[in-house]
Amino acid sequence: MSILINKDTRLIVQGITGRDGSFHTRQMKEYGTHIVAGVTPGKKGQFLDGIPVFNTVSDAKKETGGNTSVIYVPAPFAADAILEAVDAELDLVVCISEGVPANDMVRVAHHMRGRNTRLIGPNCPGLISPGQSKVGILPSQITKPGPVGVVSRSGTLTYEIVYQLTQANIGQSTCIGIGGDPIIGTNFIDTLSLFEKDPDTKCVVMIGEIGGTDEQEAAAFAQAEMKTPVIGFIAGKTAPPGKRMGHAGAIISGSSGTAAEKTRILNEKGIPVASIPSDIVPLVKKRLS
Amino acid sequence: MKIHEYQGKDILRQHNVAVPQGAVAFTADEAYEIAEKLGGGVVIVKAQIHAGGRGKGGGVKLAKNPAEAKAIAEKMLGMTLVTHQTGPEGKKVQRILIEEGMDIDRELYVGITLDRAKGKNAIMVSTEGGMEIEEVAEKTPEKIVKEWVSPDIGLQPFQARKLAFAIGLSGKQFKSGVKFLTSLYRAYDKNDCSLAEINPLVVTKDGNVLALDAKMNFDDSSLFRHKDIEELRDPNEEDVAETEARAADLSFIKLDGNVGCVVNGAGLAMATMDLVKHFGGEPANFLDIGGSSNPEKVINALKIIQRDKNVKSILFNIFGGITRCDDVANGIVEAFKKAKPEVPVVVRLTGTNEEEGKKILESVGLTAASSMEDVVKKAIELAG
Repeated sequence: MSILINKDTRLIVQGITGRDGSFHTRQMKEYGTHIVAGVTPGKKGQFLDGIPVFNTVSDAKKETGGNTSVIYVPAPFAADAILEAVDAELDLVVCISEGVPANDMVRVAHHMRGRNTRLIGPNCPGLISPGQSKVGILPSQITKPGPVGVVSRSGTLTYEIVYQLTQANIGQSTCIGIGGDPIIGTNFIDTLSLFEKDPDTKCVVMIGEIGGTDEQEAAAFAQAEMKTPVIGFIAGKTAPPGKRMGHAGAIISGSSGTAAEKTRILNEKGIPVASIPSDIVPLVKKRLS
Repeated sequence: MKIHEYQGKDILRQHNVAVPQGAVAFTADEAYEIAEKLGGGVVIVKAQIHAGGRGKGGGVKLAKNPAEAKAIAEKMLGMTLVTHQTGPEGKKVQRILIEEGMDIDRELYVGITLDRAKGKNAIMVSTEGGMEIEEVAEKTPEKIVKEWVSPDIGLQPFQARKLAFAIGLSGKQFKSGVKFLTSLYRAYDKNDCSLAEINPLVVTKDGNVLALDAKMNFDDSSLFRHKDIEELRDPNEEDVAETEARAADLSFIKLDGNVGCVVNGAGLAMATMDLVKHFGGEPANFLDIGGSSNPEKVINALKIIQRDKNVKSILFNIFGGITRCDDVANGIVEAFKKAKPEVPVVVRLTGTNEEEGKKILESVGLTAASSMEDVVKKAIELAG
């Protein structure tokens, strides 16, 4: 089992003919993801490795029965691409694009309220349910099927931690990068509640970073609503306040966004926090035994 | 991105937000002329640097007449201003704002920023103008009143009225206050700001409501559609290495340690810095070379880090995904050919094309470290 994507996922790639889009389409297909269609406006009728290209997401859905999309379009066009997927009533849309204007995301998030489409990202590596399906850009060779759910605001830091789990022979149910921006479609709480409902996820690793209060709210949720144990990690202990550490969302303003404050709250809510990445594996092992 | 107070006020003026009359001066003579144009009476001379706390640091002075304004300008221009936000090294004053003086009755506060948790822009007001708003929020949160703006309909008049009432405005002041708040939100929204803070917002004795100070920050991701704002960037206000890094499409923040860090991905970069600190070292910087595989980026990264003479060793922590290890290795080799770094370099490569990358490194006598911890420990040891 897994969350959000599995063997039944039928994927549409928005921006399939672009440089990143075509490269990652091939990677996902090689991994076994069921890619049913691509979308690039004006390129209807073309094929990429046998995958038909359509002008619009709704055409692609109608013709192929796609239920999920992944977006590889440049940031200025990303909000529009998300709204198109929402309009076509897909179940899930994963936006990889980095650098989407904050106000665009405010409008998108507002528009999506009360609708059935779920957004992951933007500015995220996507997700993988090892052995079943991959939607995004995560390197699949470092993953293996198993009982641990991994959720993170970061990309390569997720890879590092998944790699350490796999090296210790601990597999994953689903690994998901929710994105490093201030406004994202799916937050820690949403993901934790999905993992809680998944019978095959026995432990969750939550990888947070400085900025905002998402980790603190997720910790309160985990304490109140979850039976599945959660392990935490917070990046950015050495980050100076007021400086944006790469991710638009990773900026300390006020005391609530610091790593120390987040760690304190997580501990208070019963979530052990690994002080360095290599402490995660022993903490997970303890919870699984 | 940050801009100067006077630039912020220019933008506010364009959106009909009330601000005092004034203009920027780069020389003492210009200061004299502006003071004269403002009527020859009392003016305020304000140092323009990208940091708060200027008043306490001696960067805001009252002048009774143009001659006095000139004398103050002569002293202020070129001085190094140290405030609680500049750090001990301070910032050199190169521009000053000359503004009409006014009789202030009350100092209030208004700020607009993104509320991440609600996913909406929030406009907040307080009667505690002139204070650090975070302090007010911590000690007396009831003194801050907020309204959240629905992105499809914008700030509504009833919300502006609520806020104006909350800060005790009435009569003529109330009318100008409502207009002020509505126009300020428009300026914030139209320019894709990440912050518009007026502290203090003043009520004058004759009942006008004006922005005595203006702090406007912009969403970096939106600058592509605001070329006019991009042009307001003042390179003197930014760290040379950070400016250079931005031009090279690298995300870089200078810190005070001696272990230089080159990492792909912001989260991993932060975790690497934290690990340096954990094992007893001090990171010299945050540097994310991003997702692309361009060897030129590695060359630039090494150049920028080595500008900092405190740096005694440099570590690479690369987890290949989109970034390919062989491309990074090629970048390192090319950089070594152009100018071999004066300090030792240690490298960790894992992920896409790892083996190819390691072979390339061996050609210049570099052995890849086995893990993130390994590379961090080695770099600390080499830094001494």
